[in-house]
Amino acid sequence: MLGLNNKKDFTLLLVVAALTLLAPFVLNPFPSDSAMAQFNAGYPDLMQRFVIFGIFAVGFNILFGLTGYLSFGHAAFLGVGSYASVWMFKLLSYNIVPAILLAVVMASIFALLIGYVSLRRSGIYFSILTLAFAQMSFALAYSVLSNPKFNLTNGETGLQVYANDPQVFHRAGLPDVPHLFGLSMRSTYTMDVGAWSFSFNVGYYISAIVLLLVFYLAIRIFRSPFGMMLRAIKSNQTRMSYTGLNPRPYTLAAFVISGAYAGLAGGLMAAMDPLAGAERMQWTASGEVVLMTILGGTGTLIGPILGAGFIKYFENIFSKINDTVLHQWFAFMPDGMEDFMVFVIKPFVGKGWNLTLGIMFMLVVIFLPGGLVEGGQRLGKWIKNRGKSKDSPAKTEPAE
Amino acid sequence: MGILEVKDVGKRFGGLQALSDVNLSVKENSVHAIIGPNGAGKSTLLNCLVGKLIPDTGSVMFDGQSVLGRVPHEINQMGISRVFQTPEIFGDLTVLENMMIPCFAKRDGHFRMHAVRNMMADREIVEKAEAMLVDMNMADKKGMHSASMSRGDKRRLEIGMCLAQEPRLLLLDEPTAGMARADTNNTIDLLKQISDEREITIAIIEHDMHVVFSLANRITVLAQGTPLVEDNPENIRGNPKVREAYLGETA
Repeated sequence: MLGLNNKKDFTLLLVVAALTLLAPFVLNPFPSDSAMAQFNAGYPDLMQRFVIFGIFAVGFNILFGLTGYLSFGHAAFLGVGSYASVWMFKLLSYNIVPAILLAVVMASIFALLIGYVSLRRSGIYFSILTLAFAQMSFALAYSVLSNPKFNLTNGETGLQVYANDPQVFHRAGLPDVPHLFGLSMRSTYTMDVGAWSFSFNVGYYISAIVLLLVFYLAIRIFRSPFGMMLRAIKSNQTRMSYTGLNPRPYTLAAFVISGAYAGLAGGLMAAMDPLAGAERMQWTASGEVVLMTILGGTGTLIGPILGAGFIKYFENIFSKINDTVLHQWFAFMPDGMEDFMVFVIKPFVGKGWNLTLGIMFMLVVIFLPGGLVEGGQRLGKWIKNRGKSKDSPAKTEPAE
Repeated sequence: MGILEVKDVGKRFGGLQALSDVNLSVKENSVHAIIGPNGAGKSTLLNCLVGKLIPDTGSVMFDGQSVLGRVPHEINQMGISRVFQTPEIFGDLTVLENMMIPCFAKRDGHFRMHAVRNMMADREIVEKAEAMLVDMNMADKKGMHSASMSRGDKRRLEIGMCLAQEPRLLLLDEPTAGMARADTNNTIDLLKQISDEREITIAIIEHDMHVVFSLANRITVLAQGTPLVEDNPENIRGNPKVREAYLGETA
């Protein structure tokens, strides 16, 4: 089906399709006026971030998961994509099609240049080179390319669309926000069912469809001869070159493809909110996509999407739990106990959400090297074996 | 003229003259063994042939073309395949995938982008790889994770991968090092079969005299970086200079 020979792959695509298309329901399990409503993630802004970072991570995984080359500078391509998009909004119109196209093209060109130089080294040196290039890009965007004579990035303020921008294709009937041939990214239809309220946002659905397309492409790449060559590079470069194959063009192609994915994500980000700032290129942003991929499961197809969703959920939901909320939760306890519990939990929520994420990350890396995907697989096996264990004696696993 | 002509090759590492004035001619379709005590420069010579090292002096010609100045994958594409002392295979891939990669390299050259077509849909490659696994007596292992195989099987797979490229010259670097006797004999039989059935030249570096005398029809003895003698196995066996190089003057 769809050229996927493997039934598992097709199922995986269906699962991702169901998850993304039904996200407004899946992420809003609690009635909107209940105490648990703050754990709902089904609002347009956050859902958009889920899928956009999903795209970013899926692309990153094509490089890191398949070839093992760990890039620490992928946020640069994301930033380039955003800047390119906003420039298209400023010059042409708010239509997202040319904006996203230019974002992908510019990010690919950047990836080609940076990859060409960085891929001369492997391992830690490659990582450091990409990091250096990304920080240079950040510095360029933040200050160098934003002076009164030549203002490409608008520095600290960030690039945005002003009323006196040319926008040569802008017509009176078109919305004054990013749109797809007149269909505004911001238009949202809210469906109220009983105590629940679900929102369906145009921008989210466009991003979700893009995610499905690029996820499908990623599956095809994983199963292609090209994907096999990339895995071969990760496995044994010596044998690769003594088999008459040149690893460098393969790694460069993988680098450019993953850079294009990052540019696409950056372009979509600007399409949701027509603004591009240099902080999008900073090394913390590059590190974040590494975390997403490792947390979800490096080299697996669905892992990066899970990782992206997980981290973005934490960042946006956990960080909102403040003192007042905690006191509400523990209100049933005697006063001293309540204060004590709040005192214990407080460092891990609200502004301290990074602490919880760090602990989770460490636990995953130590106990589940295959990430959340491995966790899921182990859970599946455990459930299966639990049914059987009654008739067969417990197997002893050989020590590793 | 042999298929491989090594002329006056020298290589120095700092204060150590690893190779000096090495002359070697490997005849087409022969099995040529290069033997010598530890430190004689056998591996250095091999590395000079495949592009891993560049000799300081001399020339290396393969089939009338110089290999010097070319990188390993280019030399491989000229028709020289190499088997390593410890098997170099793609440990993370399955046995069938391992075998498919050289088939792709043979058909498509050093780089080709097939990024959307499914690799198993390429029947030509899959069939060739499967046939090669049958030849190597490994058809039943094709779905296995190659890193989990025994050393003998890894060696067999590596040789098969080299043959899948249909090389004209196969270089083997101590192919039976660290193997049990049974595995060694299997490898000897396999190599014999290869040289009988295929149009291929084999050059082999080996320590184990049993292997050398079972396989080779020409032997070069290397000592202290220089060829001592080159002759057929019968004469080498009785040569006093060879005994001396191997066992010391008192022998």
